[in-house]
Amino acid sequence: MGSIKIEGLSKSYVNKRAKKRDINDPEKAGQVIKVFDDINMEFEDGEMVCILGPSGCGKSTLLRIMAGFDRATTGKILIDGQETFKTSPDHVYVFQQNGLLPWMTVWQNVELGLRHIEDEAEKTETIQEYIDMVELTGFEHHYPSQLSGGMQRRAELGRALAVNPDVLYMDEPFTGLDYLTHLKIREEVINMHSFIGKTMVMVTHFIDDALIMADRIIVMNEKPARVTMERKLNFSRPRNIEKEPGLRELRDEVFMELGVSYVA
Amino acid sequence: MALSKKFIYPLISFSVVIIIWQLVAMYSGWSESVFPGPLPVLNSFFELVANGSIFNHSVASLYRVTIGFYLGAIVGIPLGILIGRVKAVSYALNPIIQFLRPISPLAWIPLAMLWFGLGDNPAIFLIFLSSFFPIVVATAIAVSSINPIYFQVASNFNLSRVEMITKIVVPAILPEVVTALRLTIAIAWLVVVAAEMIAVQSGLGYLILDSRNALRMDYVMVAMIVIGIIGLLLDIIMYKLGRLGFIMAAKQHS
Repeated sequence: MGSIKIEGLSKSYVNKRAKKRDINDPEKAGQVIKVFDDINMEFEDGEMVCILGPSGCGKSTLLRIMAGFDRATTGKILIDGQETFKTSPDHVYVFQQNGLLPWMTVWQNVELGLRHIEDEAEKTETIQEYIDMVELTGFEHHYPSQLSGGMQRRAELGRALAVNPDVLYMDEPFTGLDYLTHLKIREEVINMHSFIGKTMVMVTHFIDDALIMADRIIVMNEKPARVTMERKLNFSRPRNIEKEPGLRELRDEVFMELGVSYVA
Repeated sequence: MALSKKFIYPLISFSVVIIIWQLVAMYSGWSESVFPGPLPVLNSFFELVANGSIFNHSVASLYRVTIGFYLGAIVGIPLGILIGRVKAVSYALNPIIQFLRPISPLAWIPLAMLWFGLGDNPAIFLIFLSSFFPIVVATAIAVSSINPIYFQVASNFNLSRVEMITKIVVPAILPEVVTALRLTIAIAWLVVVAAEMIAVQSGLGYLILDSRNALRMDYVMVAMIVIGIIGLLLDIIMYKLGRLGFIMAAKQHS
């Protein structure tokens, strides 16, 4: 239903802004710049995977290509064995910020993916079901600007889940939230994942989020972008990094991998 | 307190202007036929209201502005969307628009009269020109500055090409377009007065020209005041339009 296979994916672009004087610097001289090269990954159906890495390592580009917003230069993405390179309601992307359409109410935003349902009663029921699921009952007819950051994020999750996708891509979904809301939404996403069991691929630079949420973490590093570490997390949930020595060790290891040593 | 200040201050400033006007009329040495004071103008105003001519002239001007402005919007907004969305159209049409835009609508008067004869049509054509260019340019800029995230959301949920326009582009550009319309109607209102000084026998511009020929400066002033009041009302209407809930909502994030 939602297994993903990435085969030999690479992305490069020509630097069009090059100037003549930069002729000796290949990155600036109008030459091909590689974002990443020959990436191979597999995601199991229902798995929650967090991709960690510094900004600029290509993790967001990778996620955008998987969602179909961007094209890979070479390589393939297979979802359930089917090659895909287009956007589709089967795999929905949750944006970092401002993913809701501001001129539509919560209701209309959720309705966006359910336009094809012809039976009005069924449509209404489905929309209400998902608004209730993300605990926005009573805010159906509010515009995004009238909601707090956390409520906006929940509304977008509700909209994404309403189309019953096989895969959910999340790009730094907690950006811009205050600390407590961050923790709360994180918990809600964990609960949602255990409840609906969708394949979720999340890109983040918060190591703690990855350790608490993921079934598996993938660490990418930059220049050249590549996968430098991959680990399955067989810890029971709910997780607490402070109380779980294995998680603490893993956290130190990830920090080391990303070049931060003093934490250990 | 704040509310009363909002009314009292303009009241004071208007009173000062009227007092200065009266003083100039009394002591400047200009005769009343050259520089009528506030009271004779008020008298003439009631005179023109009573015989209905000020109403008829206002309606004639508003009619031309409305038709020309609507035509400008009906042609300008879709064309602006097309220019903003399709690169080829933008490359093809933008230079022509940028070339024609700085030419004052008044420069078209001779051609407008030749092409459309006498009556409403040349005036409407001039209003159309003065509305069309600002609207098409503002719309094209608004479309090209739509946050690309919205198009990605749309494609993620399989919106069709038509839905892309109706559900994304139109609501996204609405705040900017309404602002452009507000500025444009002010320009159209400026142009109509000048346009009515040629080829027509009605309208506030005609009233000014006709009164000048009859040496009735009091009527000229009445026409000017009415032009000011109607211009203010048009601006208030457009402002209120821009404050509607769903338009304000679109403004927040874009």
